[in-house]
Amino acid sequence: MTNRRDFLKGFLAGGTALATATAAEPVCARESHERPPEALGLLYDATLCVGCKACVAACKQANDLPPEFNTVDHLWDTPLDTTAYTFNIIKMYRNGTMEAKDQEENGYSFMKVSCMHCADPSCVSACPVQAMTKNPETGVVGYDADRCIGCRYCVAACPFGIPKFQYDSPTGKIGKCELCRHRTKDGHYSACAEVCPTGATLYGKTSDLLVEAKRRLALKAGTPYKVPRGKLGGPDQSYEGVAGNYLQHVYGETEYGGTQVLKLSGVNFQKVGMPDLPPHAAAALSETIQHTLYGNLVLPFAVLGAMTWAAKRNVAPGDDETKESDHG
Amino acid sequence: MAEHALPAPVGGKFINAVTLSCLVLIAVCVPISFVRYFYGLAAVTNLNDGYPFGIWVVLDVVIGSAFACGGFSVAMLVYIFNKGEYHPLVRPALLGSLFGYTLAGAGVLYDLGRWWNFWHIFWPGYMNFNSVMVEVAVCISLYIVVMWIEFSPTFLEAFGMAERRRKLNKVMFAFIALGTLLPMMHQSSLGSMLLVMGIQIHPLWNTAMLPLLYLLTAITMGYAVVLFESCLSASSYRRKIETHLLTPLAKIMLGFLAVYLAVRIVDLVLRGALGSAFALSLEAVMFWLETACFVLPFFLIGKEAKRRNPANLFLAGITLMLGGALLRINGYLIGYETGGNFNYFPSIWEIIGTAAMFSIEVLGYIYITRRFPVLPREA
Amino acid sequence: MGARLFLDADSAAAAVADRLRISRRDFLQFCAATAGTLGLPAGAEAAIAKAVAKAQRPSVIWLHFQECTGCSESLLRAEHPTLEKLIFDVISLDYHETLMAAAGHQAEAARKSAMEANKGKYILVVEGAIPTKQNGIFCKVGGHTAIDLVKECAADAAAVIAIGSCASWGGMPSTHPSIAALADSSPTGSSGVAEVLGKPVVTIPGCPPNPYNFLATAVHFLTFGKLPEVDKLGRPLFAYGRLVHENCERRAHFDAGRFAMEFGDEGHRKGYCLYKLGCKGPETYANCPAIGFNDVGQGYWPVGCGHPCIGCTEKGVGFTKPIHQVAKVLNVAPPQQYPRISEEQGKGASFAAAAAVAAIAGAAAGGTVMVTRNLGLSHKAEELEKAKQPSGPTDPTIQG
Repeated sequence: MTNRRDFLKGFLAGGTALATATAAEPVCARESHERPPEALGLLYDATLCVGCKACVAACKQANDLPPEFNTVDHLWDTPLDTTAYTFNIIKMYRNGTMEAKDQEENGYSFMKVSCMHCADPSCVSACPVQAMTKNPETGVVGYDADRCIGCRYCVAACPFGIPKFQYDSPTGKIGKCELCRHRTKDGHYSACAEVCPTGATLYGKTSDLLVEAKRRLALKAGTPYKVPRGKLGGPDQSYEGVAGNYLQHVYGETEYGGTQVLKLSGVNFQKVGMPDLPPHAAAALSETIQHTLYGNLVLPFAVLGAMTWAAKRNVAPGDDETKESDHG
Repeated sequence: MAEHALPAPVGGKFINAVTLSCLVLIAVCVPISFVRYFYGLAAVTNLNDGYPFGIWVVLDVVIGSAFACGGFSVAMLVYIFNKGEYHPLVRPALLGSLFGYTLAGAGVLYDLGRWWNFWHIFWPGYMNFNSVMVEVAVCISLYIVVMWIEFSPTFLEAFGMAERRRKLNKVMFAFIALGTLLPMMHQSSLGSMLLVMGIQIHPLWNTAMLPLLYLLTAITMGYAVVLFESCLSASSYRRKIETHLLTPLAKIMLGFLAVYLAVRIVDLVLRGALGSAFALSLEAVMFWLETACFVLPFFLIGKEAKRRNPANLFLAGITLMLGGALLRINGYLIGYETGGNFNYFPSIWEIIGTAAMFSIEVLGYIYITRRFPVLPREA
Repeated sequence: MGARLFLDADSAAAAVADRLRISRRDFLQFCAATAGTLGLPAGAEAAIAKAVAKAQRPSVIWLHFQECTGCSESLLRAEHPTLEKLIFDVISLDYHETLMAAAGHQAEAARKSAMEANKGKYILVVEGAIPTKQNGIFCKVGGHTAIDLVKECAADAAAVIAIGSCASWGGMPSTHPSIAALADSSPTGSSGVAEVLGKPVVTIPGCPPNPYNFLATAVHFLTFGKLPEVDKLGRPLFAYGRLVHENCERRAHFDAGRFAMEFGDEGHRKGYCLYKLGCKGPETYANCPAIGFNDVGQGYWPVGCGHPCIGCTEKGVGFTKPIHQVAKVLNVAPPQQYPRISEEQGKGASFAAAAAVAAIAGAAAGGTVMVTRNLGLSHKAEELEKAKQPSGPTDPTIQG
């Protein structure tokens, strides 16, 4: 009788303590990581994009990726979304009569979809074997198939749905944009930015790209300005363009602690497929709870100590059958 | 009295309708496994870019391991809270847990895309301690070993190795202690796994309380499974039911269930998430189904008299198992939305695979209870 | 600009223009056109002009084997330079069975003496395929087989150019007959020059090739002393570096999915893509759409006239695949369609899966009902037993 009451009391007390502890967590979850100072990334300006898909073709070539056929005659590489074989894609937003570009009502717009190279990546936090890593200098989120166990936790964790797995292969791996880090030794940078004819995809240091993005947002629509192409700070390929009708928001500036790929658009970001994310990374909460409970194995060993004491006391080292003689 | 009878093999014919069906399912799964390993997951599953976790992860591993918490719950009762009267329930509960967890572990290997690298998750050079999955994997693997050790007296007894058994019993307390700590860790972490997915999880199942909710349901499901297994095996083997043990056990189960429901409801209200339960959506329907399953036991066995009826105990056990399963399915599958317009329904091969997995458990349970001393000897 | 300066300043160029009996402007245009065809950078026309102005005309030995002489005919239609300008003033065509005046032993003697006099310096051009079966007896000139002739002449040549698909890879004579018994090789074992010589040569495939592909290659050699960059089949990249599909004027129709389905139908009349009529453009490397034929200009080539490309330059395509068989598309990017922001993907429930779930659910429900009923009945029986014995100990055995 007393045992049961004690047990319930103890449990409720412990449970409440645990509940309070974990409830307090979101308030003091660790700070979301910030972009490293030399972080590299892209600035995608949907108002400059003309949907030529040179970036899609260039990415496929740079990463040696096969075409994906979604039409009956198999004549064109037509992926429906980023996949394990398509690291970059241009999607099209359509509304009503589609008469004006970058217009939300009765308009159309393009949106480039590829890895955002987050400051506090969920995939890096989730990956149990460090197959997803964030370079401490460039901040590029890379993937190492040799470490990967194919658990697809990164696929589930990413809020942008970027890492994708090759289910059709018995030795499948994850595929996603790695900002062409394998081409930097040959003096190249992201293939998509290299080929973009209008400068819609611009490569460079995210800090510089953010300045450029804000510069454009400050311009009144229709104002002529110098549009850089290729790499910001690289050989001058700029041309005279006209400022678009931007939404006053740089997507990726603060989402989940910030991303290294920034986007500008004339159409509401959620309508073009970019999720509405809070400023705190999910990885921060997950890691804080995990480390609070298991950090340095303090709590586990404490509980183990209590359990061992109880078990030693209650388990007769002799015959485990003789337990029955104790009580009913 | 009969309840103090020593464990003994049930004996009897092994092959019957149930075991035969299990064997057929397992046999059908063999060619499916060949295809899975030679041609990849797409050849046998409906997994896609929007649903990386299918029923092989959610049913076989997450729910399967929760169903296997009988050993944990009963061991905690008997050895930590010193309720020796429940001792006859220990071996059968442990047996169920043994198979449940071993197959959950096998289920993971079956589902991994690059399974030959699986050892990386145990290798310090590769392990990422920020990842909840590392903790789950290490704890479950360790727990499987602990359970085989905890259950080994049954085998040692059957093979007449008394000396070895005596030596083992001297240190058994340490393994029992580990066996109560480890499930607390990994069952709660199976809930924490959803946290890194952030806003992709529906508000009804997206809370920092997830580890606590999953742990509480795991404990409760452990008792529910004991009720289910005891009633089912007694009915199948035509044996008496230890109602005198199950009735008070059910009350303890209700206690944990009450705590769970309290935490669940308070959390939903404080977060302002309850509103979405009244929307016209699949998530809302599934939420009420799940909640109903958690509340129903109070109506089935809330009264002492009702608890004495094994039919009610059995039904309450099943209802609670279903509720716990739904909580997990709702968190991992129904309430998971990664953007885009993805559909997922398990393929027939995935269903057969899961059924075969559970068949191995059923088959194993039946075989070992018939041939080894697990259930108390009938008078 | 540079060339004009050169011409104004140098009397040699004026002498050349005089000798060729063309105006300086026409001479300059020839050099510019050749430079353009070769894809050379600005200023190269000056180098060409200078090379052409040289007094020494290199010797060319031109052999004919299993051919229709179409390649020579194609050369006869050249305008810049015209063939007579070429053979009188630019090169010394010392052996050409169609064009030379001599015949018989005299012709062969002329060839031998030219080869002797220009040992190591003459250009060997081969037109036509070389039969290899039965030691090549199916083609003999002057008592010697084609195999022997080509080996003999190639030994001391400065460069070997195979003109036409026949010399490049066997061409039309290498077609396997459709009669089953003979289907694995051509009747005479027709092969290209490179295969017979056992070493790579420059090839100018086509049936016939555009003459300027050959002329530009030859002038490049004269100007720079070496042949232009070639691909792994020996084809000059300036002419054969891209697929016909990549430069085709009907490409937009392909990308938009507009095809002619029958000769004479509406799509055909509108000039839609001929892919579905068997156009081999997507797997054939050539510059036909870029420069056209007969000096009429771009657009005057088979596709431009409404007939699908037959892939005449490409081994394995031309004279091998049926003309109306659909071609393999070697270059599928960039695509035309745009995916929507959110496309439906993934499989829903298949009939089998839904049935399986229903069956399992049904079995589980049925089993639950059965067991519950049994348990309930035995419990009721037990309660009844207990009621019968109010004071004594209960018999815990149950029935059922």
